[in-house]
Amino acid sequence: MSRTVLVMAEKRNGNLRNVSFEVLAAGRKAAAGGKVVAVLFGESTPEDAEALARYGADQVYLAGHEKLREYTPDAYSQALRQVIQAVSPDVIFLGHTAIGKDLAPRVAARIGCGLISDCTDLEASGEEIVFVRPIYAGKAFQKKKITDGIVFATIRPNNIPAGEPDASRTAQIVSFEADIKDVRAVIKDIVRKTAGKIDLTEAKVVVSGGRGVRSADGFKPLYELAEVLGAAVGASRAACDAGYCDYSMQVGQTGKVVTPDLYIACGISGAVQHLAGMSNSRIIVAINKDPEAPIFKVADYGIVGDLFEVVPMLTEEFKKGMG
Amino acid sequence: MKILVLVKQTFDTEEKIAIRDGKVVEDGVNFVINPYDEFAVEEAIKIKETLGADVTVVTVGPARAENALRSALAIGADMAIHVDDEAAFGDEITISKVLAAVARRDSYDLIIGGNMAVDDGAAQVGPRMAEELGIPHVAAITKLEIKDGKAYMERDAEGDTEILECPLPLLVTAQQGLNEPRYPSLPGIMKAKKKPLERLSVADLGLSPDEIKAKTEVLDQFLPPKKEGGRILEGELPDQVAELVRILRYEAKVV
Repeated sequence: MSRTVLVMAEKRNGNLRNVSFEVLAAGRKAAAGGKVVAVLFGESTPEDAEALARYGADQVYLAGHEKLREYTPDAYSQALRQVIQAVSPDVIFLGHTAIGKDLAPRVAARIGCGLISDCTDLEASGEEIVFVRPIYAGKAFQKKKITDGIVFATIRPNNIPAGEPDASRTAQIVSFEADIKDVRAVIKDIVRKTAGKIDLTEAKVVVSGGRGVRSADGFKPLYELAEVLGAAVGASRAACDAGYCDYSMQVGQTGKVVTPDLYIACGISGAVQHLAGMSNSRIIVAINKDPEAPIFKVADYGIVGDLFEVVPMLTEEFKKGMG
Repeated sequence: MKILVLVKQTFDTEEKIAIRDGKVVEDGVNFVINPYDEFAVEEAIKIKETLGADVTVVTVGPARAENALRSALAIGADMAIHVDDEAAFGDEITISKVLAAVARRDSYDLIIGGNMAVDDGAAQVGPRMAEELGIPHVAAITKLEIKDGKAYMERDAEGDTEILECPLPLLVTAQQGLNEPRYPSLPGIMKAKKKPLERLSVADLGLSPDEIKAKTEVLDQFLPPKKEGGRILEGELPDQVAELVRILRYEAKVV
C-alpha cells in the first residue's frame, strides 16, 4: 500500500543537516511507492530544495516566514499544522533533534495522534509500519507501532542511512505562506557555541574524556585528536560533574546517546550509565590506565595506558597517513 | 505563586536491564526519581525559597511510585498527588491528558517537568501537556528566573544556548545543569510523612478511559546483541598505537 509521507528537513548554521536526508530515506521506505513531501522552515536556497529532491523528495514545501527564522514551539507548531493540513499525509517523520523532539509531541497532541519518538529503524514491508527505538538509553530496545490515525515518528540522527543522491531527480517546489499568529515564548538571543563544530549526535567519530582527563586543560589532547579525525568531543558524567567541561558534552543515560562509527573513550572507566549512551557505537576504542576498567568489556580495541601518552601518539599516527 | 512539578519514578541509571517475555524485569531493581525530574523538583523548591510558592508534585504510576513523591516532599514540596490507576498507564497521550486534568484542578503559574525520562526517553509528555492546557512550553532549560509574571530562561538546543522569555503560565522541562539537586535531610524526611498526599483515579479526574486511550502499541522488547570481548593490544606502546590506527583505517574502515 502506498502512502503519502511528510518529512521535515532542518538547517543548522546555514547548512542542511544530514538528518534531513535520513528522514527522507525513512520516508521513501514508508511511502512504499507513494509520494514524499519535504518541508523546510526558515531561510532556504534553491540548492536546498535541489538537494532534498536528489535525496528522495517528490515535492518540497519552503516556508520562509520571518517568524520561522529561529525555532519556537509556537511558530513552528502553527506552521507544521498548516502544512499537514495542506499535504494530508499518512505518515510524518521529523528528526529527533532539538527541534524535532520538541515540536512533534506538541503537534501530535494538537492533531490528536500518537507519536513514536527517537526511532533507530523501521520496517515498512507489510501492512503496517513497525518502529524500533531504544529504551533505557539503549540498554534495551522496543518495537512499536501506531494503532490509530496518522503514523507520526521522530527519527534519531545517524541511524537510518541517507539514500544515494540521484542527480536526475527533481521535485516540485511549493512556496508555502504560513499564517503565524501568537508567539508566546520568544527568543531574545542565541549563543552559538556549536558554530563550526561537529554535532555530537551526528558525528561519525566521537572522542570522549572521563575522570582520567583530570582537568579542563586535560581535554586539550582530545580536541587535537578530534581535529585530525573530524570528530566531535564528548565526555562522561564524571568529567562534567567535576567541572572539566560543559554538560552539553555529556554522553550517557543522562546526557546524549551517540552511535558513531568510531567512539574513542579516553580515561573513562565505563559506568553503566555511560555505557548506555555509547555502547551501540559501531567500533569502540578504550584507552585507560586500569586494565580492569569495565569500559574494556564493551570495547572492540583497548590500549592499557596513560591517555596523556597514548592520545598524542594516536594523533601523530593518524596525521601520518593523511599527508 | 503555584507550581506543579511532574515526576516519574524510574530505574536507577546504574541498573542493568533484563527482559522476560517481552517485559522489563523489575524484581530487585532500585527505583529513583527520574534524574531530570530531580532538577525540576529542586528548581521549584529554589523558587519557593526565593519568591515564595506552593509546590505540588504529581506522579502517574503504580503504588511503588509513592516513594518518589515522598522524596520530593522531603526536600520541600508542600503536597503530592498520586494517580495510581491502571487506566492511566497508557502511552504519552494517556499520561499527558491525565496530567493536564490534574493541572486543571488548580491554577498553576508554572509547571516544571524533566526534559525526558531515562527509561522511555521519549520527551513527549511535557510539550503534549502544554498543548493540552493551551499554554506555552520551553524544553530543556538550563536557567530560569521569574520576575513580574514572566519567565526568563536559557535553553540547551543541542549545545547552542537560546535565551528566551515568556509570560506565565508556562510549562518548562529541566535539562542537566539547571541546578544541583539537594539531598533530603532527616527532619525533611520526617516532615514528609505528615504532608498531604492525595490519591486519584482516572474517574476522580472526570476522564473516561476512552478519551485517554493510547494510540501506540509496544509489540516487543529485547536486549541489543551482546558485544563480544574486545582485543586488548599488546607490545610496546608505539607499536600498539600504530597497530590500532592500521586496524581502524584498513580493517574496520571507520576513519
